[in-house]
Amino acid sequence: MTHTRRLQLKTIPLILISIVSGPLGNVFLGKGMKRVGAVTSATTSEWFSFAVHALTAGYVWLGIACLLTFFIAHMLLLTWADYSYVQPATSLSYFFLTVLSYFVLGETISPLRWLGVSVICLGVFIVGRTAPSTTPASGAI
Amino acid sequence: MREAIFFFFIVLAGTGGELCVSKAMKSIGEVHDFRPKALFLFVINSLRLPWMWLGVLLMSLGFFSLLGILSFQEVSFVVPVSALSYAAGAFGAKVFLGERISRNRWIGIAVVCVGVSIVWWSKR
Repeated sequence: MTHTRRLQLKTIPLILISIVSGPLGNVFLGKGMKRVGAVTSATTSEWFSFAVHALTAGYVWLGIACLLTFFIAHMLLLTWADYSYVQPATSLSYFFLTVLSYFVLGETISPLRWLGVSVICLGVFIVGRTAPSTTPASGAI
Repeated sequence: MREAIFFFFIVLAGTGGELCVSKAMKSIGEVHDFRPKALFLFVINSLRLPWMWLGVLLMSLGFFSLLGILSFQEVSFVVPVSALSYAAGAFGAKVFLGERISRNRWIGIAVVCVGVSIVWWSKR
């Protein structure tokens, strides 16, 4: 098995985990933050109060748990794959996020926004056809 | 204007944080062992690196900016527009991490940015 093929076999499952957990986390955060309410001023005390209020919302913690899963998958990917490969490859999550925003949050998605998300996915397809790593590995665990 | 300030922190602090974490991960090296004990050691080892802490600090700033904008804007607008970090990330990866970015990868990143611009226009 070639080195590139071996890398792809462990890269793809972790990218799939990232694609699902990232959007789920953002949708939960969005749901939680809409309940917390908008930031109205830029003072330090207002921001502190906002952060405390946000961190007591259940949906925000659910979102943080999903984003932690995303973060760990992302960290593992970055130990062997280029950052400039990982970052765009996981952007397939934008399509999943838009679907979730429509069905779960009831947001109105205009045709133009769907077009934008589709173009993002096309960009991801182009990036996905490049080699995961172009720099030599510095070590291994 | 308020949106622009939030996006500024989401993109710059978020991307800067990811670049720092990426630098830390590259110094640890490729992970071959996925057993819980090995993954626990991997997390402990990563927490010993200053780049990791700087990365977490910057990503936290980006995260709270994301929370701030999500309190008054739609998720399907905020998250796609925050993909402006692709351009920042590619330049950062080239300059800061020394990654070689092929022509095809640049083209893909450019297409992603066009998609982000369309999403931005969809709001206007």
